[in-house]
Amino acid sequence: MSGTIPWERVRRAGDKLTTPLLPDDYLRLLNPLWSSRELRGRVEKVVPETEDAATLVIRPGWGWRYDHKPGQYVGIGVQVDGKFQWRSYSVSSAPRRSGRTIAITVRAMPEGLMSAHLVKGLEPGTIVRLALPEGDFVLPDPPPEKVLFLVGGSGVTPVMAMLRTLDRRGSMPDVVLHYSSPTEERMIFKREIDELEDKHEHLTVHRLYTDTDGMLELADLDELCPDWRERETYACGPGPMLDAITEHFETTGLEEHLHLERFSLELGGDGGEGGTITFRNSGKTVETDGATTVLEAGEEAGIGMPFGCRMGICHTCTLTLVSGKVRDLRNGDEFGQPNEPVQTCITAAVGDCTLDI
Amino acid sequence: MAISDVQEYMHLTDEEIEQLGRELDAIRKDIEESRGEKDAAYINRLIKIQRGLAVAGRLTLLLGTHSKRTRIPAAVAGSTLLALHKILENMEIGHNVMHGQWDWMNDPEIHSSNWEWDTAQPAEQWKHSHNYVHHQFTNVLGYDNDIGYGILRMAREQKWHPMYLGQPVYNALLASLFQWGVALHDLDIERIRKGEKDPKEMKRQLKQIVRKGRNQALKDYVVYPVLAGPKWRTTMAANAAANLTRNLWAYVIIFCGHFPDGALHFTEEEIEDETRAEWYLRQILGAANFKGGPLLHIMSGNLGFQIEHHLFPDLPSNRYAEISVKVRALCEKYDIPYTTGPLHKQYGQALRTIIKLSVPNSWTSSDQPEPPTPSRTRKRKSDDERPSRIKELGVWSRSKSTERKAS
Repeated sequence: MSGTIPWERVRRAGDKLTTPLLPDDYLRLLNPLWSSRELRGRVEKVVPETEDAATLVIRPGWGWRYDHKPGQYVGIGVQVDGKFQWRSYSVSSAPRRSGRTIAITVRAMPEGLMSAHLVKGLEPGTIVRLALPEGDFVLPDPPPEKVLFLVGGSGVTPVMAMLRTLDRRGSMPDVVLHYSSPTEERMIFKREIDELEDKHEHLTVHRLYTDTDGMLELADLDELCPDWRERETYACGPGPMLDAITEHFETTGLEEHLHLERFSLELGGDGGEGGTITFRNSGKTVETDGATTVLEAGEEAGIGMPFGCRMGICHTCTLTLVSGKVRDLRNGDEFGQPNEPVQTCITAAVGDCTLDI
Repeated sequence: MAISDVQEYMHLTDEEIEQLGRELDAIRKDIEESRGEKDAAYINRLIKIQRGLAVAGRLTLLLGTHSKRTRIPAAVAGSTLLALHKILENMEIGHNVMHGQWDWMNDPEIHSSNWEWDTAQPAEQWKHSHNYVHHQFTNVLGYDNDIGYGILRMAREQKWHPMYLGQPVYNALLASLFQWGVALHDLDIERIRKGEKDPKEMKRQLKQIVRKGRNQALKDYVVYPVLAGPKWRTTMAANAAANLTRNLWAYVIIFCGHFPDGALHFTEEEIEDETRAEWYLRQILGAANFKGGPLLHIMSGNLGFQIEHHLFPDLPSNRYAEISVKVRALCEKYDIPYTTGPLHKQYGQALRTIIKLSVPNSWTSSDQPEPPTPSRTRKRKSDDERPSRIKELGVWSRSKSTERKAS
């Protein structure tokens, strides 16, 4: 909010009335969205997309910035059994500066308690916590002249934000979208994609129903999209699909033109070496092996560890490493400077270390 | 008598005391596994009510004091609402949130790491003096600074000095200025007087206290009276009355926790190699409950379940009532005394001890079941002299600034 009223100063003056709390702590009792202490939003609509997927239209409260880049994801925290659980989902709506809502599309995973809750259990009106958009899987502005999207299942959501942006700005370049879905019924955004295809002559869509026709063979790319080597490729989908795509692009030496979005944390590498982790404020210690994350170790020791996505993207779990060394289980990076902030959900101890909690 | 070995004092065998420990652990696990939506709703509702009371109180004083007809009723009503708000915030919300009782919700707005309560003492210092020093070393002479708060003589083992003759007066002063007494508690004035306190740490703490105390005082004695305009005096008086009410109430509740007759003291031999089960037993023997209805318990932060609170300081307070049924049954099973009584009786005993101990031991009889152990001069311990910490006492943290800035 800009303009003539110095809101910042008004609120600071309000502090004197509400100390030790903030005015927002009272205002949110009138309207849950009137607080910028924690970003939050109200679920306005739950739109079923397929049998197991739904789009949540969320109206963010104070402090939100609507300038996400198409393709980015947001963190969403929902209270399940009294406890805030965090996950990250791609924003499927196009960014709008004058926007009032954002949309995320979620597929209920078998065994994914949180995703099932979001798809089936969320009533309009529910207040959720939000984390600002993040992620490098974004379409540049202006867009590349030739684009190939390789999409599998619910991996369509960030790509949908990109397509909608291109559509709205009227800047649709030469785009080929290859979209794999188990069946036609489970294809999210099927109708909207049909409509976009009709509207834009430079948009070509290949649909592949993998239950009947099998998975995409990358060797077939030459046939499906003969000029794929000249295109910037954006791929989003299940891990094995992305692995195959990465390999294919690496063997052809085109990995610089490939952009990927991975949703699931795959802890690779050898892990840390393990050691004794000390939690400074409570004095608790726990012995861990190299495969246990610092977060899991803390939870096991009964520490009230902050946590979010558990996959290294939301930074809710970040704590200060007072001494010792931890290793990032995703890529083997080591962190060991004194008082370095570390993400506990994707790091494991390398020898003894101490955390400030 | 101060106890030097709880197990021996209770005539429990090694097997029995370990079994007691396991049974208490089981109670804890039960609650941890069953906390959920209802508990979260409880604390959220309570916070709403408490903040509603604050707004209602301030508005009543702001708007109601202008007309001559409504001035007095508005002052009384406003002051009452404010007192209720402060009591709820300090007792059932602030104290318990800072113990980490609601950390399991993973809600940064209701979390021990950043809660700042509506009283003069900075949360960080409270978490050190209370969660750590008092809850780990409960009632151990020389270690627990809550035995008399460095002002009163509350155990016969503490050496008498003519200064203690003024004890009834100090007590009255402490009661009416309770929030300021609490604010200075972690400074440990006794150590400052003896020149044992690290001056850097003292300066840091003092700065924190001054900053927080100033904001608290400004709010009640400058900002709101100024807003009230010509009737500023009424608002100021009503705010002062609300603070006084909260002070007296908090004082009474807190003095009922460890000063009634049944609550025992311990010597430092007890905490040498103390096991977790023995720590549990010390908590039961060192604390006293009081009886009352649900409303009394909420208004006292569920500290009527002081024993349960000391056994499980970081479990949600709304569950203490159901925990107490199980703890009582355990106490009966192991023949452990479980001290409880009506509020007036518990406070009466505390008051009597304050008065009796203002004079030398030989002038009065002890109300404890056994004679006191010979008194020793015990210096109060600094953190470096205390044994290492044990878990589950709720967190305290020194590094994080708990101050909030308008964002």
